[in-house]
Amino acid sequence: MPSSRREFVRLCTLAAASIGLGPLAAQRFVEAAGKGLRPSVIWLQFQECTGCTESLLRTAHPAVDDLIFDLISLDYHETLFAAAGHQAEAALKQAMRTNAGKYVCVVEGAIPTKENGIYCMIGGRTALDIVQEVGGQAGAVIALGSCASWGGIPSADPNPTGAVGAHDVLKGKTVVNIPGCPANPYNFLGTVLQYATYGTLPALDAEGRPKFAYGQTIHEHCPRRAHFDAGRFAEKYGDEGHRSGYCLYKLGCKGPVTYANCSVQHFGDVDGAWPIGLGHPCFGCTEQKIAFRVPLHTTVEIRRPVPPDTYAPIHAPQGGVSPVATAVGGAIVGALAGAGFVASRKLSADVPPQDGSGGPPVSPPPEV
Amino acid sequence: MALSRRAALKGLAAAGMAVAGVRPAQAVTLPVRQTDALGLLYDATLCIGCKTCMVACNEANSLPADTSGSPAKLYHKPIDLSEKAKTVIKLYAQDGEQAFVKAQCLHCVDPACTSACMLGALKKREFGIVTYDPDLCVGCRYCEVACPFNVPKFEWSSAAPKIVKCELCRERLAAGKEPACTEVCPRHAVIFGKRTDLLDEAHRRLHDTPDRYVPKVYGETDAGGTQVLYLSHVPFEKVGFPALGDEPAPSLARSIQHGIYRGFIAPLALYAALGAVIYRNRRADDNPR
Amino acid sequence: MTTRAEPIGGPLDTPLTRMLAGLFGLAMLAIAWRLIAGLGATTALNDGYPLGLWIAFDVVTGTALACGGYAIALLVYILNKGRYHPLVRPAMLTSALGYSLAGVGVLLDVGRWWLIWKVPVYFWHWNFNSALLEIALCIMSYVVVLWIELSPALLETFVDSTILPLRRVARRLPPVIERASPFIIALGLLLPTMHQSSLGTLMLLAGSRLHPLWRTPLLPLLFLITCLSMGFAVVVFESAFSSVAFKRRPETQMLARLATAIVPLQLAVVVLRLADLWWRGSLEPLLAGDARSALALVEFALFLAPIAMLWPAAGRRDLGRLVGAAIVMMFAGALYRFDTYLVAFTPGEHWSYFPSMAEMTITVGLVASEVLAYIVIVKRFPILSGRSGSPMAEREKPAAES
Repeated sequence: MPSSRREFVRLCTLAAASIGLGPLAAQRFVEAAGKGLRPSVIWLQFQECTGCTESLLRTAHPAVDDLIFDLISLDYHETLFAAAGHQAEAALKQAMRTNAGKYVCVVEGAIPTKENGIYCMIGGRTALDIVQEVGGQAGAVIALGSCASWGGIPSADPNPTGAVGAHDVLKGKTVVNIPGCPANPYNFLGTVLQYATYGTLPALDAEGRPKFAYGQTIHEHCPRRAHFDAGRFAEKYGDEGHRSGYCLYKLGCKGPVTYANCSVQHFGDVDGAWPIGLGHPCFGCTEQKIAFRVPLHTTVEIRRPVPPDTYAPIHAPQGGVSPVATAVGGAIVGALAGAGFVASRKLSADVPPQDGSGGPPVSPPPEV
Repeated sequence: MALSRRAALKGLAAAGMAVAGVRPAQAVTLPVRQTDALGLLYDATLCIGCKTCMVACNEANSLPADTSGSPAKLYHKPIDLSEKAKTVIKLYAQDGEQAFVKAQCLHCVDPACTSACMLGALKKREFGIVTYDPDLCVGCRYCEVACPFNVPKFEWSSAAPKIVKCELCRERLAAGKEPACTEVCPRHAVIFGKRTDLLDEAHRRLHDTPDRYVPKVYGETDAGGTQVLYLSHVPFEKVGFPALGDEPAPSLARSIQHGIYRGFIAPLALYAALGAVIYRNRRADDNPR
Repeated sequence: MTTRAEPIGGPLDTPLTRMLAGLFGLAMLAIAWRLIAGLGATTALNDGYPLGLWIAFDVVTGTALACGGYAIALLVYILNKGRYHPLVRPAMLTSALGYSLAGVGVLLDVGRWWLIWKVPVYFWHWNFNSALLEIALCIMSYVVVLWIELSPALLETFVDSTILPLRRVARRLPPVIERASPFIIALGLLLPTMHQSSLGTLMLLAGSRLHPLWRTPLLPLLFLITCLSMGFAVVVFESAFSSVAFKRRPETQMLARLATAIVPLQLAVVVLRLADLWWRGSLEPLLAGDARSALALVEFALFLAPIAMLWPAAGRRDLGRLVGAAIVMMFAGALYRFDTYLVAFTPGEHWSYFPSMAEMTITVGLVASEVLAYIVIVKRFPILSGRSGSPMAEREKPAAES
């Protein structure tokens, strides 16, 4: 907790910088906080592992305590709450009443829909009910993590609970999806702080994901890209290429088809703490069609292939001569020439010259 | 039935005139250097071989990747111009010399390919761009025989093949944009403009920094001039540009064709003469002396 | 004294015709594959060698070998050597079949064959600078002219046919054609003159990419002369073959005169080429010792060999020698054209090409179909004239007739 205004301002600056909102945003944070206008955040958790919350707990700028004490008002969070049971429920209802239409509803975890959603119940109510009520009255809904974005691991085949993402059950509501397993906490922070400062949500792509984080594939920002371009690959775990940090495409890296920013924003505030950086191919955790569907070590198609750093020569050898065809061609020509020669000789022998001189009797030619 | 000799010759002449009348006047005029001819200037001393032009070209032309040079078939890595690559950055590196060169259609002022094309599928249309109309193409590939730079490529892999070559992004030009390659080049190694302006610029560079270049603008007069011009620091033969002289590529074949067939006079005269001889011989046979 | 033309009759189903049909059948399979899978999958053609076996042989050489009709028409109708008249019909048949097959070859070679009808029809798009356009139009017209010229011979068979429309056409059409024959024959002489020379002009467009040993403005003239010599050679060959195969008396003396007449043409080609090479200062490449110069030297040898073969009088009386000389002349012309189109064309040493099995299969099959068609037509239609009886039977009779 900051002990002075200066520290607080510094905190806001750090927060703004870490999500790329600039110094002016820091100013606005300070102003908003000064007016006591910390946005209310109601955090729902359903079919999840709490990994996204844990991931958030490991941020440093801002740290989660700075976040929840100074920048937002976290009015309901089952994991971080000291309270439980009826007290917690009462806090939820209170927050909803006070900030109706203005609070940010964060959904973590998938929502089961089979058999009216009985597979996740909190306080006697189904997750489906809860999210539709809480999310319905929210000013903004953020689905944090792949589970909340599209169903995540609970939705893997055969999806026995009918797990879906929050946007599937909140029709008509703009849901910001921040997929990832876990989601990168800074993508979440950026979105929340923008909403807190400006009241707007970041630009979203066709799947409701903020473009600032999910606008490009891992492949397009990968630090191992030079190895891909030059054709240097790890073929097996632990081989020379793997130990030299070569591209992991052949080990099944889903980077080329996965939209995320893990390659530039690592995890746990530790530089290099991300799957590829640690030597494991990306498995496409943000993508519904990839994660938990395409096997880890299956290679993917490259979209928009771009040229590597080797070049075409001025005169590239092309075309080819098949030795078999050459032999056959030569044989045909030789046969024709030979047949012509033989025919000519035979004619000389068989057909008497025109001067009337006879020749030896010969057999008639075959029927043609 | 005996035909009078006069009538026969008259008939032949009439037939000949009818044939000649159908054909338009066959004036032998070389293509006029259009003053609004557009083109490119490629400066090999500026090119860094990033190949963004190749990627942009494929995207703008909706071409798939040419993976011929990639053993794992992963990259757009053409080894030459092809049905999937309208431009290729090639590298010349020998004896300590190195140069990149952007291979593509040179949009000749008097092209061999348009002279070859039977129905004019390849034709110089707007701005002097050598364009291709597949609806007039029978796929005879005579243009490939004709082009001194080996530019037009054929879609061998298709059962309905077309000829593929750079058309200076004419759709983009029509939409007021510049060609894709010149738009993305980070070093402005390839630039777009009117041929006259580009020639001026090329000569300005040769004049201002003569030590940097081989003192020649390739395409100024080569093969009758091209609209895509080249500057280089290594001799042009080394980067694949043959020494062609200033005669347009099709001039010899064209002068022979025109010399023989100008106004269709020679064929008609020959036809008349042949017909006359045959008729006379036949008459002699019918009325032997 | 010669008899008029008659079908020679005989069985259509013989070992030879079966073999030819089999080859043609193989070719049909390859053709189907080419049409479905495209040129890249079936041929060895590439962007360095866009014209290959089908153009160099089936079209360029094939049409020259089919110039028998042209050559004989020149002799009979222009030079008025009526004694060669019996050779006209078989020569026309060979020409018609040969040019038709060249047309099929073109159709298979072009990539967008379904648009080829536009070439004669879209006259407002005609590019008169294109030698290929002129060749295409001339060949298309010439095929029609050839079949028209041949049609009286074919229709003779149906003069007494029981099918009424056929009988009517068979009786009414030939006289019309006969009356129009000066126009038709003249056309049949003009068209080959035009396109055979243009086949030479065609390769000149390759400019510096044509090897100096073959690159000369005389190409049109040389192609015209070689097509004439090849045409005559084919007539000699085919006449000798027909007489022996169908047990008819060979017209050795007539053929000897024909063969010797070709000699000046062969000589002219050699002299013109050497003089041209010397004039343009390109004699050294001839002695360069590489594959191309070797082939050029072989060409010269083949052009000159028949002169040696026909020089001694005994050679001219011997049918076998005549046929041998004719075959050498055909090979000479064929090699010259093949070399001009494939060997002399130098897109760069990094390009290579040799016809694929499918290309060769189709070529062989098409030629086989042509030979088969010739045999069938000659047996059922009045094409061949001349004295009947085998040369062997002749030997028993004293030579009473001359």
